[in-house]
Order: sequence, then structure tokens, then C-alpha cells
Amino acid sequence: MLLKMKDVSKSFSGVQVLHDINLEVEEGEVHVLLGENGAGKSTIIKILTGAYTKDTGQIKWENEILEVAEPKDAIDAGIATIYQELNLIPELSVMENIFLGHEQKKRSKFSLLNRSAMKKRAKELMKRLGQNTDPDELVQNLGVGQQQLVEIAKALSLNAKLIIMDEPTSSLSGNEVEQLLQTVERLRKQGMTFIYISHRLEEIKRIGDRITILRDGTKVKTVDVNNTSIDEMITLMVGRTLNNKFPKIEFKKGNEGLRVERLKLTPESQEINFTAYAGEILGFSGLVGAGRTELMRGIFAADSIESGDIYIFGEKKKIRQPKDAIKEGIAFITEDRKEEGLFLDQPLYFNKTIAKLEQVKKNGLISVKGQKNIADKYVESLKIRPNNINLLARHLSGGNQQKVVIAKWLFTQAKVFIFDEPTRGIDVGAKVEVYNLINELVKSGACVIIVSSELPEILGMCDRIIVMHEGALTGDFNRDEVDQEIIMKAATGG
Amino acid sequence: MEERIKNVEEQIEIKQEAVIPPEKEGRKWSPKTIVDKFGALFGLIGLSIIMTILAPTFMTVDNLMNVARQASINALLSLGMLLPIITAGIDLSVGSILALSIVMGGLVTVTWGMSPIIGLIALLVIGALAGLINGLLLTKLRLPHPFISTLGTMNVYRGLALIITGASPIFGFPLLMNYVGQESISIVPVSFILVIVVAIIMHIFLNRTATGRYIYAIGGNKEAARLSGIPVDRVLIIVYTVSGFMAALGGLVLIGRTNSASPIAGLTYELDAIAAVIIGGASFFGGVGTVIGTLIGALIIAVLRNGLNLIGTSSDLQTVVIGVVIILAVFVDVLRRKGAKK
Repeated sequence: MLLKMKDVSKSFSGVQVLHDINLEVEEGEVHVLLGENGAGKSTIIKILTGAYTKDTGQIKWENEILEVAEPKDAIDAGIATIYQELNLIPELSVMENIFLGHEQKKRSKFSLLNRSAMKKRAKELMKRLGQNTDPDELVQNLGVGQQQLVEIAKALSLNAKLIIMDEPTSSLSGNEVEQLLQTVERLRKQGMTFIYISHRLEEIKRIGDRITILRDGTKVKTVDVNNTSIDEMITLMVGRTLNNKFPKIEFKKGNEGLRVERLKLTPESQEINFTAYAGEILGFSGLVGAGRTELMRGIFAADSIESGDIYIFGEKKKIRQPKDAIKEGIAFITEDRKEEGLFLDQPLYFNKTIAKLEQVKKNGLISVKGQKNIADKYVESLKIRPNNINLLARHLSGGNQQKVVIAKWLFTQAKVFIFDEPTRGIDVGAKVEVYNLINELVKSGACVIIVSSELPEILGMCDRIIVMHEGALTGDFNRDEVDQEIIMKAATGG
Repeated sequence: MEERIKNVEEQIEIKQEAVIPPEKEGRKWSPKTIVDKFGALFGLIGLSIIMTILAPTFMTVDNLMNVARQASINALLSLGMLLPIITAGIDLSVGSILALSIVMGGLVTVTWGMSPIIGLIALLVIGALAGLINGLLLTKLRLPHPFISTLGTMNVYRGLALIITGASPIFGFPLLMNYVGQESISIVPVSFILVIVVAIIMHIFLNRTATGRYIYAIGGNKEAARLSGIPVDRVLIIVYTVSGFMAALGGLVLIGRTNSASPIAGLTYELDAIAAVIIGGASFFGGVGTVIGTLIGALIIAVLRNGLNLIGTSSDLQTVVIGVVIILAVFVDVLRRKGAKK
């Protein structure tokens, strides 16, 4: 037994995210972790790599207790991790990246770098992965697939015994995926062990040996890949009731709210047409990278588009920049609220009123009192806690920050609300409050679009669901005619 | 299931209360907020007390008015510099803009003998125009950082000032051009009154107009600002135009103080202006900075220079002391932020 996690638990701010996880990884296997977003896969990985510390439980590595207090402990033990976001320095060469932090020296610690030895070793490592990459090539000149192989070579150079891969294929093209899978197979034959996270079930079927399925921070079971069909995997993964977590209310479908016609993001991309109606919640589902966020950013003119027409409540509108979109009543609650939504070092009242300051003018000047009055109103109605409008946005929890962003858009009197991953990174209780707010919006006659990678959220809250795959719409379903499997199928292009 | 969610919700509520104590109105004047708001002011007062002890002539009305006069030019430039710094930018060209605008004023009034009113207008317009060009270079050419665009124009404007004058200063300005820098109303220098008036206008501009609030928004989070519908480019152009205009105003004061316009005037003034803004509590990372802090920053530098002069310190040592003060001021700020994070 290479790795054994026994009864590992973890909570954040009183909310338990992992419940007594038991995980056993045999030497030389590809062990897959499968589960929805929020099931606890990433938390497990982060505990193994030292990014988080476990609350209780035990980790045994090669039959001895291993304490991982910081990333260095994991690396020293022989656990290497390849994240979705690659940790390479584009301006440095392949060789320099592979040996970054553990460079080979000529003699002592203080002597010059032994470049020729590193170059030779880098070449060997890339050969082992079936590659003929020039060690002096700059990493920025390589494709994503090749870059990932450099990361694997780096893991090998550290004498890793276990390589953890977190959704390695999500940003790769077809050929690159094939190359990566072959590399994993090749290394496994050489005796390497993998923990592999992926949402792509075909891929898992092909390279996985065993699967541990997680749900809501609990282990469901560990199964052999050979004895488990894809359908069974899905059922095990999503099998839960969705009541109460999603306070869905049905409203009467109203007039056309947002219509997108022949929209092309780039000259090569496919034309996109869809309509969202007042009184309904339209969900956009798909795998990460399917182009949902890009589409929404295009509609809002956060990024420029190639061509296409946008109609707001039946009228054709010219939207060239976010300012125009806001003027026409579109609100865009971005995926990354810290980077794109909030002014973290400004008080709540600033954050809430900044998009429509002309509304709080008095005698031509902005009234701070007016700003505060409005902020007070939203703090009250959205139950923002703590209820202090002078607090900096930085000091709120994720859920409350999201409410502040929503308040900002409510204040612009938008009629079309686009939510990109509205509940990402916020806890269960706050999620329900966000859903309730969305219900209120729909009730008031707004047209709401939700982009979400969480299938239960899409199924639980949306009236209609559009599925995207590789930049194109691959399905448009009413809520009562779909289940997770149908959506998954459309999302994988099947 | 419902039970569980409810429980979790309760837990979350409790947890939040514990992590962030709700700051009520009554706690507005806690020691921490006072240090936050008036840290630089305490520095200024402390420094003044030290100077009074070391140099008995420091705390006299005459000398204090002298400090006010000496602070004026840097205060005007600093108030201009405050804007780019709030947007997480910088304006390195203000010293050169000062020189270019005053030699233009000299060219119009002294060389061409036109009315001092026209000279005044020419001076101010040139300053604003030079700033406008900075803003356009940054936003329209999409230069990656204002450090680069204003480093370039710093050289261009200085060079133009030298070319226009043939590298020699212009003397003999008409009375009206000298008024602001030379005269006092009762005992208060006109230049300092100008600083106060400009500071009040600037304070209102930054805090009570949409453009002013947008300046903070852009510095705090440029992408969020853009996605909130803020016309980022237009605001940045205004920011650099105002900065250029303020440099020209500083130049007007300098004309009166020296009764001349030298093409090499204002060398390294940008550095004093940046120092004043930073000592005044603004952040290089943007989004933070106040008019009152900047004024105090400019006064701290003036008090240091004046006091060290009175004590008889060499100007070389003064430079060292000012350098140390800048580092100390920012270090105190770092400590404060660290404290706030906990």
C-alpha cells in the first residue's frame, strides 16, 4: 500500500467539508477521484499536498505515518502534483523549469550550475515521456500539452512516487489529450502511481484502475473501473435528492427578454442563437472551457465579439462596451467576484453604488449620505452580514461578498441578469440565500441567466437548460425533460 | 436535510459574528481609526515639536509662513500627483511640464510682450495639454504603464523647454504673473492660499463627483471598474490632464518666487511630489489616498527642509533624512495594514 488515508476530516468555519475519508492507493495504479464540484476532491488533494492541514485522521505513506504540514513535506516524501493551472515560468527554458528549485550544481551548494548535466538529464526525462523536446527551448514556445509534459518531467526529476493530476485534460485539445493519456499509460507501466481527477468519464474508463467516488464530502465507495459502466459511475456520483437545497419557485413565463442572433465570438467560431425570457431562469451548462463564460462576456461586451445582434426586450441594441450593456439593463455577475466584481478596499456603500453614481447626486455632487441610505436598504433586504455599510468588502465572507455584487447590479435597475457561477466558493447556507434572491428577481419580471458547472444547481434552479460543448450550443431542454445524464451527454459532445 | 441546512446556516452566522465584530457607529473613533485617519498628522505635529526644541526660531509666525511658502509648489504638484497614484499609476513628467509651461508663459509675456492674462492662460493651457498628451499616450497607444509614457514625455517636455528658450532663463515677468508667488495677503502667502483653495476643490472633486469616485474604483480594481460600466480611458485622461495642470500652477508660483522662468526649473520635483503623496498615506497599488494626507505629506517635507536649515544641516544631509522619512512612513503603513488584516 503506497498511500492510506484513514478517517480524514476537515471543516472550514464550522462547515464540515470532508467526513471521515478513507482512501487507499496501491502502488502502480491509476486511482481516479470522481465527484461533482464541491464533493471534496480538491480538499483531499490539498490535504495531501500540504496546502490544507487535516483536522482529524491519519495519512500513511509507505506504511509509515506522514505529517504534511507544508508543500515541501509532500514533495520530499515523493508526492508531486500537477494542477489545472500550470506552475511553469514561460520565460525560462524547459531545462530550467524542470530543475527550478533543485538545480544541480558543479560541486558544492555554492558552486556554479552544472548546465550540461541538467541538460542531459532533462533530455532523458523528456525521452522517458516519449518526447524529443529540446531542453533549451523556452516553455512559452510550447503548446499546453507539451507544457504539461514538462510538469510531469519536473515531477520525475524530483523522484516522485505518486503524481496527482487535477483535471489535466480540461484545457487540452484532442491530440494533446491523447498524448497525455499515452504518457500516463507509459509511466504506469514503468511503475508510477497516479491519483487522477477528471470529469471526463470515457477518459477514466480508459486509463483508470480504480475509482473512489465522493459526494458531499463523503466517500460513496471505491470500485474497479472494469466492473463499472459509465452510467453506474454517474448514478453513484450524483445520486442524491435535491430538495430544499434549491428553493425553486415557478413563475409565469413572460416576454422575450434577451435574444442573441448569429453571434460569433471569433471569425472561426460557430454562430450562436438563443432567447431568454422574462419570468424564467435559463441555465447554461457544459464542461469547463465549453465557452459559456466567453459567450456571456461577449454579450456584455466585456470582450469584443466578431459579429451578431443582441435584442433586449424585443429591441435591437448596439452594445460596444460594458457601459452600453449596463445602460440597456444588462447586469453581469462575474465568475470571479474578487478580481472582476468587487472593490475590496472600499466600503460596502461604495461597492453598491459605483455603477450608477448619478442616482445619488444632490446639487450636482455625490451625496455620501445618499450612498449610505441606499446601501442600508440593500443590507437590510439582502440580509448582508455583518450589517455595517462602512465595512470594507475584503472583510466579508464569500456569500456576503456575492450579495454585495448582486446589490450593485440591483441598483443599476437591470432587467437582464447574467450570473456566472453564482454560488462558486460560497457555503451551503449562503447558496440558498443567493437562490432566493434570484427567485425575487424573476418574480419582479427580470430575465435571469445562470452559467454553472454544478449540475444540481442547474437542474435545481433553472426552467430551461442550454448545454454548450466546444463553443457551440449542443442542447436546449426544458427542465422536466432532462436529467444529469442527458446533460452530461450533450456537454461531452455525445 | 432542511434541518441540516438550517444548522449550518446558524453556525455560519455565529462564526461571522466571531470573526468580524460588528463595528457600530459608536466605535467610529476607536484609537485604530484615529491612527488610520490622522497618522500623518501626528507625524507632522511630532516633527514640529522636535524642530521647535532644536531650533527656537522654528515656531515663529514668520518662519511658519516661510514653511507654508516653501511647501506651496510641492503641495500643488503633489495634489496633482495624487490622482495618478490613486489609479495605481504615476506621473514622472510633472517637473518637466512645470518647466515647459513657465517658459511658454515667459515667451508670451516677456519675449512677445503680450498681456499677462494671455501669458497666464498660455501657461495653464500648456500644462493641461501636456498632461492630456500623457493621458492619450497611456490610453490610446495602450502603453503598458504610465511609468513608461511619462518617462518618455518627461524627456520630451524638458527638451522642448530647452529648445524654446535656447537653454537660457527668461527674466522680468510682468507683475500679475509674479503675484501668486511673491505676494502675501496680510501675512499669509498668496501661494499658500492658492494651495488651500485648490485642495478644497480637489477634495470635493475626489469625494463628491462621479469622476472622482471612479478614480478610486479604477485604482482599486480596474477590471471590476470596466465591467461596472466606468469609462476607464476617459477617467485616466482626465487624471493626467489634471496632473499636468497642477504642475503648471506650481510653475506659476515658481515664477513669482524667482521672477524668472528657467528651462531647467523643476528638475526632480516629481520625486518630491511622489514622496509627499506616499508619506500622506496613498498606496502605490492604487485605490487609496487622500487630499488631506497629501497636504500633510508636503508639509512634512517642507518642515524637514526648513527645520534642518535652521539647525544648520547641510542640504546633502537633508536629502538623506528625507529619504529615511519616506521609508519610515511607508513602513509604518505596512505595519498598520498588517495589523488591520489580523
